[in-house]
Amino acid sequence: MLRIRRFDERASKMVKRGQIPGTVHTSIGQEAQVVGACMALGDSDYMSGNHRSHGHPIGKGAPLGPLMAELVGKSGGVCGGKGGSLHLADFAVGSLGESGIVGSSIPIAVGAGLSSKVLDNGRVSLAFFGDGAANQGCLYEGMNISGVWKLPVIFLCENNQYALSTPAHTVTSGVIADRAAGFGMPGVRVENGQDVLAVFDAVATAVQRARAGEGPSLVEVVTYRFNEHSEGLKLGVDYRDTDEKADWLAKDPIVLFRAVLIERGVATAEEMDALEADVLREVDEAFAFTNDSPYPDPSVAFDDLYTDSKFAVHTWNDQSTFGTLENVR
Amino acid sequence: MTVMSYLGAIGAAQKEAMLADDRVVIIGEDVEANVYGTTGGAGKSRASEGDFLQQFGRNRIRNTPISEEVIVGAAVGAAMTGLRPIVDLSYSSFLYMAMDQFVNQAAKNRYMFGGQASVPVVFRSAMFYGLSTGAHHSDRPYPMFMNVPGLKIVTPAYPSDAKGLLRTAVDSDDPVLIFEACVLWGSKEEVDENEYKIPFGVGRSVRTGTDATVIAVSGAVPEAVAAADTLAKEGISVEVFDPRTLVPLDVEGILTAAAKTGRVVVADPAHRTCGAAAEISALVSEHVFDSLRAPVRRITTPDIQIPFSPALEKQLYPNRIAIADAVRASLGVIAPDAAGANGAAGNGGRGGSVATPGADREELATGSAR
Repeated sequence: MLRIRRFDERASKMVKRGQIPGTVHTSIGQEAQVVGACMALGDSDYMSGNHRSHGHPIGKGAPLGPLMAELVGKSGGVCGGKGGSLHLADFAVGSLGESGIVGSSIPIAVGAGLSSKVLDNGRVSLAFFGDGAANQGCLYEGMNISGVWKLPVIFLCENNQYALSTPAHTVTSGVIADRAAGFGMPGVRVENGQDVLAVFDAVATAVQRARAGEGPSLVEVVTYRFNEHSEGLKLGVDYRDTDEKADWLAKDPIVLFRAVLIERGVATAEEMDALEADVLREVDEAFAFTNDSPYPDPSVAFDDLYTDSKFAVHTWNDQSTFGTLENVR
Repeated sequence: MTVMSYLGAIGAAQKEAMLADDRVVIIGEDVEANVYGTTGGAGKSRASEGDFLQQFGRNRIRNTPISEEVIVGAAVGAAMTGLRPIVDLSYSSFLYMAMDQFVNQAAKNRYMFGGQASVPVVFRSAMFYGLSTGAHHSDRPYPMFMNVPGLKIVTPAYPSDAKGLLRTAVDSDDPVLIFEACVLWGSKEEVDENEYKIPFGVGRSVRTGTDATVIAVSGAVPEAVAAADTLAKEGISVEVFDPRTLVPLDVEGILTAAAKTGRVVVADPAHRTCGAAAEISALVSEHVFDSLRAPVRRITTPDIQIPFSPALEKQLYPNRIAIADAVRASLGVIAPDAAGANGAAGNGGRGGSVATPGADREELATGSAR
């Protein structure tokens, strides 16, 4: 949780300093939900993410340097600068990528569940999506087919209660978790999504069920984002109530869990301070890695479109592509 | 060699691919029951020997709900994690329901994740045009997918190509969309029953000629050959070239065929604007303009939706009459039997390939709508 928090705080700063182009969506305030879910997964399990998704690969154990370099568009980025903040992916930790299209990565996680089932490799697949995506048709197509085929898939709704400025209750009929019943699968709502252990318990139950071949589950986690929808966004309307914000800020998952760990004697305050210092150092190192990484050579824009680079592409205006065509004339 | 139908060749290729690699699965609506005739033994019914479901089981032959978006997206996700799915989307018009997954996932994932993902998945669909299936089932949508970098687009016109190109498609680590024309389903050809693969980006010279070149796509290919037969009787020698795959496109093959005669007609059953014919015509004009002896002519379906009535529909697609007329126009000659009435220049300002009514039209024309 700390790694995600400090990473996103640094990213936010970098946006303000103009060091990151494009848009950045932080998950500050939602770390318990991200980490609780990721901790319930094994190293070889799969997941797919959404636009608010720096935390997902971090939660799955991805190193920070290539993630940060990707935010800036450097060659050392985890996608070589082709993806950016909206499309982080680290296949080495099972992160199959994030989608800038709301809900669009849900079928990808369903497909990973299908391959696990057909290849019988015991892997579980988890789709992260927000309350906004809960109203996309692909979620229900995905839940239905996963239920029919008993795929090891977990549908995890990160309900931070706002789709940009739109309150979930104004666009979403009923309770999202209840929709699971229509597909014959368990649906649980974690009301206190700021409690990492509560999230872990719910997702671990779903993972156990998936591994046992009993099929998919829907887990809805109620949480809150502390920052604006995206960094630097200044809306003219105050769509979130001041008291509501204050209530949720008081439920900072990192503060809450630190207290739990100290109270239970898992760690002392000094040890926690040392941990925080370690994480800050790690983020500094990621920043240094990012700084040291060069921008990609413009020529690599044509790599990776197809597995065979010669297919990219006859329409490019480089006439030398047609050098052999002199013979045609 | 054995005589196979277009549909039987697809079934044979699917069976070969299933036998060659356990990671190949077939996913789609009604694939268990072999409704479209490509998952049965020799294209026959469930009861026949070698039926796919009997042979490969439900783990690898997967009947789906009618949910195109998740079928396509899940196939992409499965391909990214170890399977090599063949997806049967039956009608090409159904691809629209899954546009997000085709465009934002299938086509982009490898690129935007910096090469971490490969997406070895084949999407098959049939274009039911010309069969009075109405506007919702008659689309020929390959040009809009040609506009999406990252996809490979295949349009086989003959059974042997359907088999060899499908085998190559299954081997491809990139997403491949195969558009099969229903008007070709029943066509037959001698096909090698042993395994063979046809490389992408290599066109087929269907017929050689010296006076004019017809570059034809999918269902327009046999029409172009028929036009060439007619024109041969008039002493006009026509080269017919089928690119077979539209992405990658055999640019060199197309330009060579075009430059050979300097008179070029492009025939393509898709809509005209920004279509395959538009792209091929532009390439010819761009690169071998100085070899051209007449303007490039396009014979396409006009930019209108497909009407139900055969009296309305039949005239819309590129056919042998329109193609022959365009070749004659390119050569500046008039059809021997045209008597000028139908206009050798073909389509005039109509923007499409509205064909001259043929003899068979008269049989349908009792109580003519006109």
